[in-house]
Amino acid sequence: MSARVAVLGAGKVGTVLARLSVAAGRPTAIAGSGDPSDLGLIVDVLAPGAVPMRGAEAAAQADIVIVAVPLARLETVPSAALRGRVVVDAMNYWPPVDGVLPEWEGATRSSSEIVREILGVDVVKSFNHMGYHELDAWTRPSGAPDRRALAVAGDDGAAMTAVTELVDAMGFDPVPLHPLSTGRVLQPGSSDIFGADLTRAELLSTLDALGVAPATACP
Amino acid sequence: MELGIYTFGDTGTVTTRQRLADLVAQARYADEAGLDVIALGEHHRADFTLSAPEIVLAAISSVTKRIRLSTAVTVLSTADPVRVYQQFATLDQLSGGRAEIIAGRGAFTESFGLFGYDLREYEVLFDEKLRLLLEVARSSPVTWQGRTRPPLSDAVVTPRALQPVLPVWVGVGGTPQSAVRAGRLGAPMFVAIFTDPAPARGMVELYRRAASSAGHDPAGLRVGSGGHMYVGRTSQGARDEFYPYYAEYLGKLPQFPGGMPREVYDQWIRAGLLVGSPQEVIDKIMNHRELLGISRYVGQFDVGGMPAGMVDKSLELFATEVAPVVRKESA
Repeated sequence: MSARVAVLGAGKVGTVLARLSVAAGRPTAIAGSGDPSDLGLIVDVLAPGAVPMRGAEAAAQADIVIVAVPLARLETVPSAALRGRVVVDAMNYWPPVDGVLPEWEGATRSSSEIVREILGVDVVKSFNHMGYHELDAWTRPSGAPDRRALAVAGDDGAAMTAVTELVDAMGFDPVPLHPLSTGRVLQPGSSDIFGADLTRAELLSTLDALGVAPATACP
Repeated sequence: MELGIYTFGDTGTVTTRQRLADLVAQARYADEAGLDVIALGEHHRADFTLSAPEIVLAAISSVTKRIRLSTAVTVLSTADPVRVYQQFATLDQLSGGRAEIIAGRGAFTESFGLFGYDLREYEVLFDEKLRLLLEVARSSPVTWQGRTRPPLSDAVVTPRALQPVLPVWVGVGGTPQSAVRAGRLGAPMFVAIFTDPAPARGMVELYRRAASSAGHDPAGLRVGSGGHMYVGRTSQGARDEFYPYYAEYLGKLPQFPGGMPREVYDQWIRAGLLVGSPQEVIDKIMNHRELLGISRYVGQFDVGGMPAGMVDKSLELFATEVAPVVRKESA
């Protein structure tokens, strides 16, 4: 059965992920801040087939919730509604736009470990190391020679399995990383992975050079 | 189709005085060579010379005749729209009706700290101030009330622009909500595009649908686009000459801490970055026009602190070999 997906955030990244989720055949809900009639228009144009909803409502009816809001607005995410869901952190700390956020500034942990702490739920890190235009442009069927890879970093095996299936269905080769803290290498400025749009082989060799081994199976 | 240039006045290795003198000379050349627009950015960082574009535009207005004088962009969230209007209405009078504004949120956030604004108010600051600026541009006296500045009651805002209404474009990146806002307000929209223009089709469609749902005449809507640009004599030469400056420039982003890798640069060019021979740049601008229906393209023509001589050559190729062909093909 197809996992039901909710995307929290109807900005640059959220609308692309909702579109890819619909294209992957997943029942998809999307929530955004601001005027609900604007959200209706945005979804109609950019992610037709996704259902605009309020955040808590979208999360409550989904199996997988992708959080794609600016980190500065993380407190607007209805964290209570995330309990019991597979939660994906697709966000990055980006000071030129977000401003300096004390929780993330100078952190030596993965930004997703901080997100986990603030939301109070387990998270899986994915979708963060490709740009939103590139996510949109690089979807390919399984086995295509130029298919791009998306790392999926997490602690919980079942949650990682659900996300790797979604990543694959959206048109990317999933590369599982364990534990969640390993995902630090996927962040802006941490390595050459961020923004590089790598194939699976390229991502594996870049990880190898960094001394990071992919999880052989989801634990 | 209008063609023009924009710059943030990248500091490079020359003095500020020299940088500004070069810029005024380049603007003068652009005017004489028949380009339609020059637009100046507003940044509050040491790597850019321009934080007060209206002053430099006033200097440019005194040595040019036809070229339109715009910002790219005015960081409206941390400015007072009444003061911004007064400055550009003055520029409009001085220049014989050539002033324009692109109002935007900017790619950086330094101005919030400098002028005492709270970054958490980002959204409401821009939204309220844009509405007020459009209101002031339309008519005076103005009565207005909001959260982000003191109310105005029958306030007279002078001088008035020479043009019947001072053009105020809304600058957008990729945020869908920004396109909806521009459309609902019926303002012309300027889209920043650095690589593939195709994803911006959704932004333009959102803009047009939001405008039509708000009752704005589609014939009155304008879309412009712009991004980094370098024109060289040959395709390979252009790529090689421009790369070190671009790599350094983008190295300021968190994305490329060690500078932009050459493979990524080549990939961006394949995807649509306007770096290449005159013919390649012509094709890429025409692609923007076909996909997005733009009626104006402006290229950021002196990225990364390139030496003035190198900027001048690229500018000359743009003005003499790119612009005339694009105008003809789009006529």
